[in-house]
Order: sequence, then C-alpha cells, then structure tokens
Amino acid sequence: MKQDRVISLVLLAVAMSAISGLAVITAFIFKEGLPIITKVGLGGFILSSDWYPQEGEFGILPMIVGSLAVTAGAMIIGAVLGLGCAIVLTQFCPPRLVAVLKPCIELLAGIPSVVYGFIGVTILVPFIRDHLGGPGLSVLASSIVLGVMVVPTVTSISVDALRAVPRSYREGSLALGATGWQTTHMVMLKAARSGIAAAIILGMGRAVGETMAVIMVAGNTLEAPHSLLDPVRTLTSNIALEMGYAAGDHRRALFATGVILFVIIMILNTIALAVSRRRAGKAGRA
Amino acid sequence: MRITPARTQRAAAIVLWTLAACTIGVLVFVVGFILARGLPHLTWGFLTESPRSMGREGGVLPMIVGTLWVTGLAVLIAAPIGVGTAVYLTEYTREGRLTAVIRFGADCLAGIPSIIFGLFGFVFFVITLGLGLSVLSGALTLALMVLPTIIRTSEEAIRAVPRAYRDVSYGLGSTRWQMVTKVVLRSALPGIGTGIVLAVGRSISETAAVMLTAGSALGLPQSVFDSSRTMALHFYIMSREGISMANAYATGSVLILSIMAINLAAYWLMRRFVAKAA
Repeated sequence: MKQDRVISLVLLAVAMSAISGLAVITAFIFKEGLPIITKVGLGGFILSSDWYPQEGEFGILPMIVGSLAVTAGAMIIGAVLGLGCAIVLTQFCPPRLVAVLKPCIELLAGIPSVVYGFIGVTILVPFIRDHLGGPGLSVLASSIVLGVMVVPTVTSISVDALRAVPRSYREGSLALGATGWQTTHMVMLKAARSGIAAAIILGMGRAVGETMAVIMVAGNTLEAPHSLLDPVRTLTSNIALEMGYAAGDHRRALFATGVILFVIIMILNTIALAVSRRRAGKAGRA
Repeated sequence: MRITPARTQRAAAIVLWTLAACTIGVLVFVVGFILARGLPHLTWGFLTESPRSMGREGGVLPMIVGTLWVTGLAVLIAAPIGVGTAVYLTEYTREGRLTAVIRFGADCLAGIPSIIFGLFGFVFFVITLGLGLSVLSGALTLALMVLPTIIRTSEEAIRAVPRAYRDVSYGLGSTRWQMVTKVVLRSALPGIGTGIVLAVGRSISETAAVMLTAGSALGLPQSVFDSSRTMALHFYIMSREGISMANAYATGSVLILSIMAINLAAYWLMRRFVAKAA
C-alpha cells in the first residue's frame, strides 16, 4: 500500500507538468514582453502604427489589424469548407466512404504549414496578381491558405459534436417525414450548435497563431491593409521575421507582440472551453 | 420552378458534396504538385549526401538526421509524461478540481501557437538554461508542444479499456500498479501508439518553434548540444531564398512522404485498437 501511495504521488507530479509548463511559458513571455508595454504604454503599443524598432518606436496596430483581417477571411473559407465536410461525413456519406474521407482530412492537418505556404506562393499568389491585380501577396492569399489549413480543426470538432447528438433526434425527425437536409439544418445543426461554435473558435485560434504559411504569402508590409489585395503583416509573422536579428528593446517588443497574441489566443480558448462545457452539461455527460 | 423540400434536399446535397470534393481536391493537388516536381530529384544520393554550397547542390542527410534527433528526443520526453498524466487522470484520482486544473492546462497548451512556443523555448531553454540553439532546446520545446496530443489520445485509449479487465485483475490479487501496467496499458497500447505517432508527425512538420530553438546550422549534429536544421525548416529556407527549387521540391517530397507514412501508421494502429475494443 505504501508503494501505491508513492506511485500515486509520482504520477501526480508528472500530471502537473502540463499546467506547470503553461505557467512557465506564460511567466517568461510576460516577463520579457511586459517591460516594453509598460514603457510605451499599452495604448501606445497597440494603437500606434509606427513600428520603427531602430528608433525605439513600437506600435503594432497594423499587425493587429492584419491578423484580424486574415483570420476573418480564413474563417469564412474554413468554416464553410470545414462544416460542409463535417455534415457530409456525418449525415450524407456512406460509412465506407467515411473510412476514406476522414483519413484524408486528417492528412490535410498533418501536412507541414511551410508546404501550404509554398503552394500558396507558387500558385495562388501569381494567380491573384495576374487575374485580380495587386502584388498577389495579400490578405486574400493568406485567407485562402489559412482557410484550407483550419478545415481539419473545424471538421474534426464539428464531427464530434454532430456525432454526440442522440440518434433518436435524427430518427424522430426523419420519421416525421423531414428530408435529410431538413433534418440536418433544423435538428442536427441546432442540437450541435455549441460544439460547432467551439470548433469555429478553435479554428480561429489556429488561424491567428499560424506563422510560416502566412509569412510566405502575406507580403509582410508594415502598413495596415486597405483592401483584400493589399499585402499585410500579422502578429505572428512580425515575431518570426525579426526574431533572427533583434536585440535589446527590439527583441523585447517582439516578446510584447507575443504577449498580445497570447492574450488573444487565451481569450479564444476560454470562450471555446466555456461553450463546449455548456454542451457537455446539456447532453447530460459529466 | 417551386422550391420543394425534395429540390432543396438535392441542392443541399450538391453544395455539400462540392465543398467536400473541394477539400479533398486541395489535398490531392498539394500532395500531387510537390511529389510530381520533387520525386524526379529524389535520388539515393540526395538522401545520403551533405548539402554543398548552402544547399544548392548535394543532399539533405544532416537535416534528416537533425529531424530524427529533434523529433525522437521530443517524443521520448513527452511520451512518458503524457502517458503518466493520462494514467493519473484515469486510474489514480477522481474527477474534481485537481483534474479540472490538469485538463485546463493541457487544453490551453494545445491552443498556444507554435511561434509562442518558439519564443518561450528561445528565452528559456536557449538563453536562461544556456542550452544554446541546439537539438536539445528544440526537442524540449517540441515536447511541450506535443504533450497535450499524447495526454488526450492516451486518456481516451485508457478509458476505452473495459471495466471488467480491471475487476478481473484486482480479483486475481494484483495491486493497482500491476493492474495498470500489465492490463490497462497493455490493452490501451495501440491507442496510445496512435497518439505518439501523431505527435511524431506534428514534430516533423513544425517549423516556427524549431527555427527559434534548434537553429539552422547546415552541419551534421554531433551531439544534442549542436544546432541542427530540420527538414521542414530546410524546405522553408530553400524555397524562400530561392536557393535551389529542385532541392526544395525534393525536400518537400521527403516531408510529404514521411507525413503520409506516419498518418497511415496512426490510422492502422487506430483500426487495430478499435477492432480489439469491439
């Protein structure tokens, strides 16, 4: 019994590693980033458009706007494609085809982001430049690339949500004479809506946080975009592009950019957790 | 033409199938495009030679070795911790405030962008702990990153082991630890394996975090304290700086092929697990 007690304590210590990892990450990012934010003031940092690290001017408004614009665009594409796939997989698809489609969507999640970025810059960017105008490296290109990249996230969580709807709901609706589509959008989507909302919010988190693919297709200018065809720099690419040579206050400002990104992600995560917890409560699972 | 339920049904089916087909189309296109241009350059020499003149010529042996080191080490660190956490959550405690905190930690960690892991790894492992840009710094950073994946899949796999197995094991007089190691973990092994394989896949594809922690040295790493460039980062540098498109495509092909092999392995393990549980 004494041995059991020891093992239990060891396992508890191991189990605390995820939460302690999170705590250490938070502590270090804030420790490095906060001094600059207090120095220029939170307002000066997130509301100024002047990013001249050499002169000590650190305003990241264009990057915040850029991240939001790119994420919004990505979510329009990612939510439509991802939810479409989830509905097909759970409502319209014979099981044998599911066995092929599902691994394909998982493979989509496994492909390295640099590969997406590369395809974006070799195919999508020239296409936009030639047919729609502008430099090609743009909000639009980033949104499309990111939109595809978030599909697996949106699909897999939505599939779980749709599968968690009790069978009797679907059968009841079909028995009342509703068509498959009526059942899907009047019953299934309604019953699974908090899970689907969580899927979209988590997808949003992925889009905001994606770095390498965006660097390759966004153009990375320091000005906030005015149209879909303008180049753009996101919070993540700002960090990755300049981290290689930054020092002193410049490096600290990049950590501060990380702080803002971190806060955005934590807000999105918390919303997603709260939404999916409500679903768990409603479905009667503990 | 009147809008009848039957017509909407047909229209909806067409639209939805088109969306699914588009998604699969993108996948086929991405894989096909890279492989079509990369496979012709993918020779034995490419895999077994070191790069010459910044990667313009020669192969990718150091990057393959570097990727294996970083990935292997990361998973070696994360797997025991992840499986241990899952065992604790499922077998050694009741649901309560503590498990909620542990799960919250894992969920949040899963949502943190890789560039933040990179920043953290850079300031913590590279600078504060003095490990420098190295295989070890990269592996430790990636270990934190893949930990949530391993925890979640292991927990699901362990929960899927039937209650009766545990009862029988106890009935035969085994201790809790014997029951866990000899019965529960053994039957959950394929499920846990799936999680580990997926973690390997995530580590191989990662770029932003390893760029800031493992560096981009071209040489063959001699120890875990050497800097090393991984395949994904090599692909990024080759294509972005336009050093050699042929070598970029070939590197991309190696990446895509390994990810496909990894996903197949995960899928095969999962099927075995499900077949066994049924």
